[in-house]
Amino acid sequence: MKLKATLLGAAAILAMAGAAFAERGSDGHVNVLYWQAPSILNPYLSGGTKDLESSSLILEPLAGFDEKGALFPRLATEIPTVENGGLAKDLTSITWKLKPDLKWSDGTPVTSADVKFSYDYCKAPDGGCAQASKYEGIKSVETPDATTVVVTFDAPKPNPYLAFVGATSPIIQKAQFEKCLGAAAPTCTEANNGPIGTGPFKVVSFKTNDTVELEANPNYRDPAKPAFATMTLKGGGDAEAAARAVMETGEFDYAWNTQVNPELQTQMTAGGKGHFVNGFGTLVERIEMNLTDPSSDLPEGERSTVKHPHPILSDINVRKALSMAIDRQALVDVGYGTAGQPTCNLVPAPEAYASDNTGCLKQDMAGAKKLLDDAGWKPGADGIREKDGKKLHILFQTSVNPVRQDFQSLIKSWWTDLGVDVELKSVDASVFFGGDAGSPDTFQKFYADVEMYANNFDGTDPEAYLAGYKCDKIPSPATQWQGENINRFCNADYDKLAAEMSATADIAKRGELAKKMNDMLTKDSMTIVPLVDRGRLSATSNTLGGVVLNVWDSELWNAQDWTRTK
Amino acid sequence: MLTYALRRLLLAIPTLLLISLVIFLLVDLAPGSPMSEIPLTVPPEVRLKMIAAMGADQPVFVRYVLWLRQFFWVEPMHQVDLLFGSHIVEGQQRIISYQTRGPVFTVIGERIPQTLTVIGTAYLVGVLIAVPIGIYSAYRQYSWFDQLGTFIAMLGYSVPTFFTGVLMIVIFAIKLHWFPSIYNTSLKVTDWASLLAQIRQMALPVLVLSLFNAAEISRYTRSSMLENLGQDYVRTARAKGMGEGTVVLKHVLRNSLIPVVTVIALGIPGIFGGAIITENVFKVNGIGAALIGAIHANDLPMVQTLTFIFAVLIVVFNLIADILYGVLDPRIRYD
Repeated sequence: MKLKATLLGAAAILAMAGAAFAERGSDGHVNVLYWQAPSILNPYLSGGTKDLESSSLILEPLAGFDEKGALFPRLATEIPTVENGGLAKDLTSITWKLKPDLKWSDGTPVTSADVKFSYDYCKAPDGGCAQASKYEGIKSVETPDATTVVVTFDAPKPNPYLAFVGATSPIIQKAQFEKCLGAAAPTCTEANNGPIGTGPFKVVSFKTNDTVELEANPNYRDPAKPAFATMTLKGGGDAEAAARAVMETGEFDYAWNTQVNPELQTQMTAGGKGHFVNGFGTLVERIEMNLTDPSSDLPEGERSTVKHPHPILSDINVRKALSMAIDRQALVDVGYGTAGQPTCNLVPAPEAYASDNTGCLKQDMAGAKKLLDDAGWKPGADGIREKDGKKLHILFQTSVNPVRQDFQSLIKSWWTDLGVDVELKSVDASVFFGGDAGSPDTFQKFYADVEMYANNFDGTDPEAYLAGYKCDKIPSPATQWQGENINRFCNADYDKLAAEMSATADIAKRGELAKKMNDMLTKDSMTIVPLVDRGRLSATSNTLGGVVLNVWDSELWNAQDWTRTK
Repeated sequence: MLTYALRRLLLAIPTLLLISLVIFLLVDLAPGSPMSEIPLTVPPEVRLKMIAAMGADQPVFVRYVLWLRQFFWVEPMHQVDLLFGSHIVEGQQRIISYQTRGPVFTVIGERIPQTLTVIGTAYLVGVLIAVPIGIYSAYRQYSWFDQLGTFIAMLGYSVPTFFTGVLMIVIFAIKLHWFPSIYNTSLKVTDWASLLAQIRQMALPVLVLSLFNAAEISRYTRSSMLENLGQDYVRTARAKGMGEGTVVLKHVLRNSLIPVVTVIALGIPGIFGGAIITENVFKVNGIGAALIGAIHANDLPMVQTLTFIFAVLIVVFNLIADILYGVLDPRIRYD
């Protein structure tokens, strides 16, 4: 029922937006700046955000997420639910209906065969489809008629809205990509850089990592949209320069991901040409505790593995004290300004899944010191706490990034005050996040005591994200150091909850389970110490109307509703 | 001269092969992975499949030999196929970038025009300013003109382009709104208005880069001129009653140009290499920006191909500089 209400709401917003403007192409040209420029416009061949979002102007899924995280139909007539009969009662199949008379930008009709083909394309072996996880657990995709698509799952699927939903799994044209399956995918450069789509714009020219020139799709399903006849999507430079181009020189109308420090945000807003828009999704900057021993004295292959528990961080009081000593608001003020808010949750949103956990928001240095005193960690002669001959010495690593280095030094000062000896380390982002099993510096290998980075989940459902902390997801030499459970957290009760969640369809119950799991990882065990809920921050010109920042889907999700205001 | 050039070219082949191997190993051994820019929401098993699809999981030696084959056989033959409509390498894999999953040479083709226009113009402007300044500074050594030239050259050479570039943007784009801060690569010059737009968008990057180039070249010209102005033949020329113009511009300049020509010729590969920093500051998105982007994304085929092309250009222009010596100075003989 709630879903239906939000859907109606979304439909109403769209209808209102539509009523306000008259004619397709009447507002001329719009300039969009993505400082990381798109490399390719086929989201199935690249997982990069810049590529996904640029392609979302051209390619559309059956349904998308609106700014509140609610599903709304794009190419589908409605969202299939158990109530409207679109979703089987036992959750083993879902039936999508395409809108009537849909056309590709080249004028040919969109049929269910294109939907099925999108699935086949991503599933083709040797294709290296970046969105393969969207199509997991699907037994078959069938097309009983030209506008009906039936997706059958291997097992009941509590969250059936993964395939063909959101900018990460759009529908591509069968006729265009037919010869590009599997290993042949990279040979179709023309198609990959100029996909034919159903979205509000179509590609005129594409220059890799530089510029995409677009024009209004003549066959877009709403004859009054988009209001802009042409669009330039330019790339290059950095976040600060991108923000300046909108806020100070006014050369661009919209700039993506203009993450600049709070001081500059204020200064640029004074420019008077634009304003920042922000929204909060699920991206959380956090400190992860290593529950295993990363000591270099251990033989290679045993470092940071479950064989050796961490000598000091295995003590929950140490982990709690480390969290209590942090002033999260101060971190936000220094690093993110309006684009961040302190959080104690691993899953800070959407509301249905977010725990009411706020216990960590206030810094409690005295309490932290007392906790360590009581636990037997007494300051030694050099001021460093110790217990049973073990010193509280921590190696704290993160990726190279000015905000993270600021955070590191602030946190170091608080922990030093607490009586902890902190050694800082920063690793180049391409190495830290590269996942190269041969490198000792990846975040998965975790050859440090604590580390800081940010992560989020795609869409609105945290099931897979939380399932990443099950025992079998621990990275180890046996798994080539792949796996999401980088803390090496292992709790049988947690695994049980994860299994329960994967078999529960009821939203309220799922929310309850997600909150419980979130709390087990955060406030109960302090395995993960969340710091800042990082919002998206983009800059938009004062003359650009209709911009609604969406954190659940592509930022360009409603470019069809953008207009020029005077 | 011809045998000399041929010998040099043949000697360059093993050198270049060695260079290509060294670059390949260096890039490969550098830490990082082509997956580092893919969001963490993409699960590990999918990442492994993506790497396999790129061929990045193959042993380094296999990838190197494959690259050699693609660079020296498939790519040239592909151009032949395009030109003559033949089918020599049809269906064979060209050098594919990890980032774009498309041919590296397509990207290079897209990038070359703006790099040559902006960086090339800046170089030309730099040389045209630098040589006269160098000559006059040397001729009137320690005059106010020379002092000013020295000062500006020091400034141009020592202040980095990432500083001057941003400074120019703040003054001329943000405060005065005279010039754009972002270069539009799609602009086509078709009439006076678009020509003006092109000149306006080139103004700032060309200014920044030519200042930097001119600083270096004017110093070389000046010192080389000074060295020659004190020579006996200059006194002889003057004693013969030649005009100052003939003495300076004909006798001294020609003798002084030898080191200057070397410097200018060796700087030309740099034009193709682009200017990594300036291109990024003004969003020119030329070859330099492509290279740095590829390095960030650990796009080995792109980095390898670009750096190797630079290596070839450097070797070739070294040779050209050597041959130019012979042309400028009849005393130098290579046979």
